Amino acid sequence: MEGTDMKYIYYPGCSASGTGRGYEESTLPVFEELGIEMVTLEDWNCCGATAYMSVDEAKAFALSARNLALAEDQFPDMDEVHIVAPCAACYLGLLKAKKYIDTDPKIGGTIRKALQSAELDYTGRAKVRHPLDVLVNDYGLDKLKEKVKRPLTGLKVAAYYGCQIVRPYSDFDEGHDPQTMDQVLEVLGVEAIEWPHKTRCCGGAQTWSSDPFLELVWIILKDAIGSGGDAVATACPMCQFNLECFQNKIRAKFDYQKKIPVVYFTQLMGLALGIDANKLGMNRLFERLELPASV
Amino acid sequence: MYEKEIGMTTPELKPNGEKSRIGVYICHCGTNIAKTVDVEALREFAEKLPDVVAARTYKFVCSDPGQKMIRDDIQDPDLKVNRVVFVGCTPRLHEMTFRKVISEAGLNEYYLQVANIREHVSWVTPDKEEGTEKAKALLAGAVRRVHEHEALEQRRVPVNPDVLIVGGGIAGITAALTIADAGKKVYLVEREPSIGGYMAKFDKTFPTLDCSACILTPKMSSVKSHPNITLWAYSEVAEVDGYVGNFKIKIRRKPRYVDEDTCAGCYDCVEACVFKKPKFPDEFEVGMGLRKPIYIPFPQATPLKAVIDPNTCLQLTTGKCKQSCAEVCSKNSINFDQVEEIKEIEVGTVILATGFKAFDPVRSPEYGYGKYDNVYTSVEVERLCNAAGPTGGNVVLRDGTTPKSIAIVHCVGSRDKKTNAWCSRACCMYSLKLAHLVKERTDGEVFNFYIDMRTPGKSYEEFYDKILDEGVHFIRGRAAEVRNWALDEAEEGKLVVRAEDSMMGVVRRIPVDMVILSVGLEPHEDANEVARMFNMSCGTEGWFTERHPKLAPVHTFTDGVFIAGACQGPKDIPDSVSQAGAAASEVLALIDKGYIELEPNTAFIDEDKCSGCHTCIALCPYTAISFNEEKGKAEINEALCKGCGTCVAACPAGAAQQHHFTDDQIYEEIEGVLEYV
Repeated sequence: MEGTDMKYIYYPGCSASGTGRGYEESTLPVFEELGIEMVTLEDWNCCGATAYMSVDEAKAFALSARNLALAEDQFPDMDEVHIVAPCAACYLGLLKAKKYIDTDPKIGGTIRKALQSAELDYTGRAKVRHPLDVLVNDYGLDKLKEKVKRPLTGLKVAAYYGCQIVRPYSDFDEGHDPQTMDQVLEVLGVEAIEWPHKTRCCGGAQTWSSDPFLELVWIILKDAIGSGGDAVATACPMCQFNLECFQNKIRAKFDYQKKIPVVYFTQLMGLALGIDANKLGMNRLFERLELPASV
Repeated sequence: MYEKEIGMTTPELKPNGEKSRIGVYICHCGTNIAKTVDVEALREFAEKLPDVVAARTYKFVCSDPGQKMIRDDIQDPDLKVNRVVFVGCTPRLHEMTFRKVISEAGLNEYYLQVANIREHVSWVTPDKEEGTEKAKALLAGAVRRVHEHEALEQRRVPVNPDVLIVGGGIAGITAALTIADAGKKVYLVEREPSIGGYMAKFDKTFPTLDCSACILTPKMSSVKSHPNITLWAYSEVAEVDGYVGNFKIKIRRKPRYVDEDTCAGCYDCVEACVFKKPKFPDEFEVGMGLRKPIYIPFPQATPLKAVIDPNTCLQLTTGKCKQSCAEVCSKNSINFDQVEEIKEIEVGTVILATGFKAFDPVRSPEYGYGKYDNVYTSVEVERLCNAAGPTGGNVVLRDGTTPKSIAIVHCVGSRDKKTNAWCSRACCMYSLKLAHLVKERTDGEVFNFYIDMRTPGKSYEEFYDKILDEGVHFIRGRAAEVRNWALDEAEEGKLVVRAEDSMMGVVRRIPVDMVILSVGLEPHEDANEVARMFNMSCGTEGWFTERHPKLAPVHTFTDGVFIAGACQGPKDIPDSVSQAGAAASEVLALIDKGYIELEPNTAFIDEDKCSGCHTCIALCPYTAISFNEEKGKAEINEALCKGCGTCVAACPAGAAQQHHFTDDQIYEEIEGVLEYV
């Protein structure tokens, strides 16, 4: 698959205009700089993720499936309609719905019927992709390397994938020891550190249960810092939020003095591609990313 | 309308000049068929078909009363059934049963046709109405076909009493000795330089904890010295031809670069090798020890002969070596010019006992194998425990220290949809054994992480009890990960196993010095190739497919080819040995009978139609067709023809025909099905 010839459908998801603004603000210019065409899905709706999924699965699937069906409807001439969902929860939500509709005739029947009432149809042409998947498997690391204008040499980063983009439905990377973000970072000149907590739970939506939640986040931060990381790179608005926003509380609770910036991997890509930090949403970071003098 | 059509197109008289009087017997197969096919409607439908004089249903037609029902109809002076259609399960299961039934009642056994409405209908069609309609079509086809059947006679050919056994693990060894002791000649072919298989690597065996070598090596030695056994180690099957009773097989003998006939196994060459110290990973030690380019796999290796690894030997890789091994050998056995040798043998039967492959835990990266030095596979620890192993039986870490705490992680590469879905069956028990051995040798704390303990075997549960009494810890929960990251000081420098303890309902972190991964059993990577060579099949997982999972576990769908041991599915030693015995007795039964009946479905040439174009001659895979110059026609040698049908399909003139699959028979069947549809 030749990356530049392909057109992708961009699915923003709600966090792109909320807590995860920095993710969208970095993803779009990076893709543009790379020459990867992305067209925003029109009239998109909630991906149906997380809480709703456990309240009413069928309705959650129907929500997801409407997005898939819209994509097929808006791009009738494409054999395969590749939807890029940067948010990990959106990616998982859409992928899970697709998987169930494709493989379970009962759920598939219910959902198709629901779509019909909105005069929509889902045939399976819609594919759900994560930006890392597109970058590594469609665009190619070699091509990416050519585009790097300012290698981030000397920067040590802990690539943190979280759980949703690698488990359980996706197959573009290994579920317990993923590599794609590390590969992308290495191409940018970053040293992707070896650390064991790449996919450990960030606490997810459990922000309310402060004690166990803070411990989960602390384990990740402690390891990232202890393993020599200057920053944590994420691919998920929820992970970014959890790892970044509670560092004060963690320092107080665990008597821990260190801090670490938590950035989107796309922000690092933007920097390496020569895009101005302020145009990558990096002004929103609580903890500023200090680049090594060599960069 | 259908009845009218069928009446018009069916000729009155059949090949032998008698009028067909067809009996149709429809099986409920308990609820297997009756649940999704209306058998009574099917019977009423059959009854109205032309020439059908009897149509009956029965719960189990294959049972004794069911068979009697058919026999009675054939012998009934009024009914005089002379063609039989069995409507039920696949012909693979009961075609032979009913052939026997009708032949006992005086009919030619080929006056039978089977309509498979179980595998082809009821098991795959949830809708009863649709199922019944499809069954009617198949039944109509079978009735039309059986009209055209001819009386045929089976041919008998003698069974070659020699036997080939592929694989020299405990299953292959057991089968070889059983058959050889019965006075039959056995060829035992083993891929590795020595027989013994996995069992030769073990220190103790469960549940008795008897010494593995003490019970295995005498058998290996018997194989070597048995006058009826030809042992070809370091060899592989290259080509298989022929059929039950008369296989022609080519064996590829890989070059050892050491003359097997003269080598005394004295180790002089190994000691003299220019590599003063062992340098290369030792295959037998699964990498736990090192060997030289010239080596003897282990001191009890059978045959006890040296072998040179062409990938590491200086002489064979660079051509530049002073060849001190050859210099020192008093028998002049070293031969760098040795080449692969092909042996051709003829045997009547084959037993495949090719075993399994241990799961490579690199595929489950959550357990850190290959990343952390102190994560081992169970096979590696078997070698550490073995008195003849690289550490003399001491369980020590790679840095030489004795671990004080050891985790044994069960189900690595088993019961895991990401790797292998199946339970590997032997691991719970070998994990218990390893727990005992490791505890005994280290006096450390041993933690077993398990999903379920599976100990169904004689004295197995008692063994589990014994290990519990020894103070081994058991944590019920699949280990989530093994990491070297310390949460607190107690974990510093340790490997931490994280698992949900589903008994306590908490997530636990257990810091240990050593982790043993109880790897599962999986099929060899080339199992499918081997299966294809012997014209048999593997399941989707890659295990060889037995003819029937309950009633024919060592048979395959290829007559004369049997399977034993873990190549059929994960198995421990007792089960492998039992299967080897079963396979040996099946082989001996065939040899004892002395002959096999060959299906008469051979091809023949209708000389009036043959134009002598030679097309069939070039295509025949068995060189059974020749050209009769005098007549200008092709000619088929029935003794060589296997009835594959290639020539029949290829003949442009329709001159090549096949008994029991004549054009008339096939067209009648198709028309029967289509007319109904």
